[in-house]
Amino acid sequence: MKILVCISKAPDTTSKIAFTDGDTKFDENGVQYIVNPYDEWYALVRALELTEANGGTVTTITVGTAADDPTIRKALAIGATDAVRVDAEAKDPYFVAKQISEYAKANSFDIVLTGKETINYNGAQIGSMVAEMLDQPFASLVQKLDVSGNTATLERDVPGGAEVIEVNTPFVLSAAKGMAEQRIPNMRGIMAARTKPLNVIPAVETAELTSIVSYSLPAAKSACKYIDADSINELVELLHNEAKVI
Amino acid sequence: MSVLVFIETKGKISKAAKEAVTYGSKIGPTTVVTFGEADAASLASIGDNGASKVLVCRNLNEGNDQQLTKLIAAAADDCGADVIIVSQDQLGKAVGPRVAANLEAGHVSGAISIPDTSSGFVVKTNVFSGKAFANVSVNTPKKVISLLPNSIAPESTGGSAEVVEFNPELGTAGITIKEMKTQGEGVLLPEAELVVSAGRGLKGPENWGMVEELATTLGAATACSRPVADIGWRPHHEHVGQTGVAIRPNLYIAAGISGAIQHLAGVNGSKTIVVINTDSEAPFFKAADYGIVGDAFEVVPKLNEAIKTFKASQN
Ligand SMILES: Cc1cc2nc3c(=O)[nH]c(=O)nc-3n(C[C@H](O)[C@H](O)[C@H](O)COP(=O)(O)OP(=O)(O)OC[C@H]3O[C@@H](n4cnc5c(N)ncnc54)[C@H](O)[C@@H]3O)c2cc1C
Ligand SMILES: Nc1ncnc2c1ncn2[C@@H]1O[C@H](COP(=O)(O)O)[C@@H](O)[C@H]1O
Repeated sequence: MKILVCISKAPDTTSKIAFTDGDTKFDENGVQYIVNPYDEWYALVRALELTEANGGTVTTITVGTAADDPTIRKALAIGATDAVRVDAEAKDPYFVAKQISEYAKANSFDIVLTGKETINYNGAQIGSMVAEMLDQPFASLVQKLDVSGNTATLERDVPGGAEVIEVNTPFVLSAAKGMAEQRIPNMRGIMAARTKPLNVIPAVETAELTSIVSYSLPAAKSACKYIDADSINELVELLHNEAKVI
Repeated sequence: MSVLVFIETKGKISKAAKEAVTYGSKIGPTTVVTFGEADAASLASIGDNGASKVLVCRNLNEGNDQQLTKLIAAAADDCGADVIIVSQDQLGKAVGPRVAANLEAGHVSGAISIPDTSSGFVVKTNVFSGKAFANVSVNTPKKVISLLPNSIAPESTGGSAEVVEFNPELGTAGITIKEMKTQGEGVLLPEAELVVSAGRGLKGPENWGMVEELATTLGAATACSRPVADIGWRPHHEHVGQTGVAIRPNLYIAAGISGAIQHLAGVNGSKTIVVINTDSEAPFFKAADYGIVGDAFEVVPKLNEAIKTFKASQN
């Protein structure tokens, strides 16, 4: 089985969010980057479990600059076979999806895995776009993945319950919580990652279909109104008359 | 600008569908495309939210990304749509970006406002888990917008839509649904306007009765913090936050939750937040509109009684 896992970096979940250059750029000052949790904890680890059980390879792909290399090395340390970096600033989602789908087309994988979403832009766009570009089915927000031969059985929560779905390879999938348990890379993995192949390839040209023109921060919250636990009716009154939510 | 809105019509017309149609009709003349068995009368009622026409595909009963993409692209062609809108829910997330890729159209994910067309076409979106907004410019003639639920209030125009059967060639579905496991009764979390949530402060799963009672009294959905779902006190689909579900209800009541930044990331879009915590220093109070420093085991049942009395007095 040949699996491609899409890996992106994301600011640490505790990062302070601020902008520079007249609110047009994310302020990276003091920001620690981590591997996007959905990519690392779920997509990558499940891909490794499947190839460990059935044989095969796990290649990671990242669209980014050399600044992304530590993220990629971490994925290799966790156990990926090799890595590809498409050497370009991730301009917009269509651009990123195009790079991934072009590489996937040229190297035919059984499964392409993405995370549910990047935790910074929360776009949840790449997997769906890649699937369309590859003309393959897209199984979104999957929480359980089992493969037997050419058939995969998947489970996911849907509004009002859960569904079990079946899909034949090749297909694209986005991984949500529950698919696997986080793995901490060990010393051997970290050493091995230094010598595993990280192939840097050029980007294909595409137009920029969308661009972010500016950012803004939410208006500061007004201070919390404290209500005494013994005068709970006051809270009910405020929820009804002031907040108008009940 | 001519608009196409894709909605799902299982059973009744959902609130998310009404929001998307209202949103679309603020941009331009709006056609709706949907699929399944909904009866003509309920489809015509979508006109009340501003659509003039509903295209319904009867050849499809279960949504899947590949066939729906073909359906939406064909409908966009049929009505000459410049802007295509989907609700950013489970199905929308699978289909919206796919339709955009199909049409080579720019896609806006997580839209929360009507496009600003004063110079170009710019839409405000939620990014960094609700900690910031981005203004996204769409540079293509065709545009696809995924609208975050609870971003616009559905409006009623009193209109009625013309319902037309629309059955283009859709190819085959790559995905087959083998089994549906339905969850018990109750309000669905992603659609809920009111949510009662609790965390590790509740000590054990046996103490959730009072949370469920308060939710029932309010007609609210229940939610929880991540550790609570991780230890199995509550089902995973109730976990809200950065790595769980992101929700934007009108009211979020949090009992025994500290308010870690990753938790806030999933709930900070709530219009009103009530925090109940024994620790006056709990970080959640900084994000709260109303706070009670107190023991959830006393406050939650009391609040339940008070709301019951209030509701009775309203009738
Ligand atoms: C990468 C990453 C992603 C994460 N994603 C999420 C996420 O999506 N969602 C999420 O929730 N967390 C997430 N977390 C975990 C998060 O950091 C916190 O650990 C978690 O939210 C804490 O849950 P809690 O508030 O229920 O528990 P605790 O932090 O243990 O807080 C319990 C609270 O209950 C109060 N309390 C105790 N007894 C009572 C009582 N009798 N009455 C009232 N109050 C009482 C305490 O004062 C305390 O404030 C993530 C963490 C990481 C590192
Ligand atoms: N620059 C990138 N390079 C590789 N994969 C990416 C990149 N950005 C996003 N992805 C993948 O696409 C998923 C969804 O991202 P998004 O659509 O940005 O929310 C992520 O979880 C990653 O698996």
